[in-house]
Amino acid sequence: MSGSDMYRQQILDHYKNPRNYGEMADPDFSHVGENPSCGDTIKVDVKLADDDETIEEVSFTGDGCAISQAAASLLTKELPGKRIEDLHGMDTDDITEMLGVEISPMRIKCAVLARQVAQDGAKLYRGEIDEKDRTITEE
Amino acid sequence: MPVSDATGLDVEAIREDFPILDRKIGGDVTVPGPDEDDDTPLYYLDNAATSHTPRQVVEAMTEYYYEYNSNVHRGIHSLSQEASVAYEEAHDRVAEFVGADGREEVVFTKNTTEAFNLVAYTWGLTELEPGENVVTTQMEHHASLVTWQQLCEKQGAEVRYAEIDDDGRLDMDDLRAKVDDDTAMVSAVHVSNTLGTINPVEEITEIAHEHDALSFIDGAQAVPTRPVDVGEIDADFYAFSGHKMLGPTGIGVLYGKEGLLEELPPFLVGGAMIRRVEFEGATWEDLPWKFEAGTPPIAEAVGLTAAIDYLEDVGMDAIEQHERELATYAYDRLSEFDDVEIYGPREGRGGLVGFNLEGVHAHDLSSILDDHGVAVRAGDHCTQPLHDVLDVPASTRASFYLYNTREEIDELIDAVDTARQLFA
Ligand SMILES: Cc1ncc(COP(=O)(O)O)c(C=O)c1O
Repeated sequence: MSGSDMYRQQILDHYKNPRNYGEMADPDFSHVGENPSCGDTIKVDVKLADDDETIEEVSFTGDGCAISQAAASLLTKELPGKRIEDLHGMDTDDITEMLGVEISPMRIKCAVLARQVAQDGAKLYRGEIDEKDRTITEE
Repeated sequence: MPVSDATGLDVEAIREDFPILDRKIGGDVTVPGPDEDDDTPLYYLDNAATSHTPRQVVEAMTEYYYEYNSNVHRGIHSLSQEASVAYEEAHDRVAEFVGADGREEVVFTKNTTEAFNLVAYTWGLTELEPGENVVTTQMEHHASLVTWQQLCEKQGAEVRYAEIDDDGRLDMDDLRAKVDDDTAMVSAVHVSNTLGTINPVEEITEIAHEHDALSFIDGAQAVPTRPVDVGEIDADFYAFSGHKMLGPTGIGVLYGKEGLLEELPPFLVGGAMIRRVEFEGATWEDLPWKFEAGTPPIAEAVGLTAAIDYLEDVGMDAIEQHERELATYAYDRLSEFDDVEIYGPREGRGGLVGFNLEGVHAHDLSSILDDHGVAVRAGDHCTQPLHDVLDVPASTRASFYLYNTREEIDELIDAVDTARQLFA
């Protein structure tokens, strides 16, 4: 698979017009992460439903390459309605499926950054992991 | 690929010596080597990261392994003698190539990075005093910058960074102002791997010496691409890497003035660097062996010798001119895009061009270029603080060598244009 194949319409569209971009007023949890290889940064804000399990709304802010930002934008559309367990169940294949293109091995970290930030945010929220300031991708 | 050169290099003939330039790419990159899905010709413009290796170098190393592979300096047997001669003479060849006075001044290291660390751990830990300072520049590679930064922290000394101007040239007034009588070392890159800027290293060394400081010049991008004479520069230390000058990985060079190296304690200790060992203590071998502990990179030294032979056959003047011509061509063609920002000066530039396409991350650009077979470096090129000064997270760098052509730069330009349109 090759570079331009990664930059199909959907990715470019979400990069140029990110969905749910911006800080949420009253999120249940927020988390920040970075992918040092590209210098990508992503902050994810999540609002949960009353059951404290179902994801109601997701927004993000960030900076970086098209793959990382488009993946974050797509994730904000993918997650609402899912439960936190579903989020934790998401693996790299789910992300490439969501992106609709194969991601070259050199760029996988960019693609999975937003997912990892959301997952770590949820774990922190539930006290399952210790406080860590930032998520660093290391796929 | 037609010969495209006004500088007298027979690029077509040179390319014949580099089998890798015929490779196609585009297939599975998780398995090293070609596969049936490779369908895109390779345009290799990442020479500042590492250069390719001509048959002559590979063959010299093969001959070593097939005909006289042995450890050096220890066997009385014939093969060990032959290997020792080749290994020792490699030092002579390097000395001659860069204008050192002899093998005593040429220490083989793993690479440029190790050469910097060697000086930090020997000179730095014993000579650099609290309250003194090391003056370096904003455009240093991490190999130099991090070494000085960490050394100064350890010693309670101060590290100072001479600034660059808007063109990406070293601000010599700033450098001059930062060097004072407490300066113990002035260290500068000869040719910047990010900006392409060629620094006035003789003048820098002179400033250092006026203040009784030493000078250490990072020649990683200079020795491969132009004639270098360390004696003329009068540098106290000078470093470069074999793999960027057609040689193998695993070998680099620290040049040091003999009197200075003589005074320094060893870096790594163990076998080969000792003269006499007793339970109570040890004495050291002569230069340069004092700094080469353990079994050294013997095959690599043979390869480096062959690489120098190859470069001198072609001619360093011709290579320098070829690089300048390609860099100017690339600079001018990239300048035609008004949404491309180029770093570093147009004149006085080595054979590389660093740039950014507005609104497109360097890694996205480089992925698209890779799809077109154009191999460039994207990222921070081990100059993160310099990228902070440039105020960009990353940049894309095309870097050229003796086998590159204008046509390959045209491929780069076409691919950049594709990216512009994709992201428009
Ligand atoms: C200017 C400069 N200095 C130092 C280095 C480090 O070289 P090496 O990685 O071979 O130690 C490089 C190459 O990456 C370089 O371009």
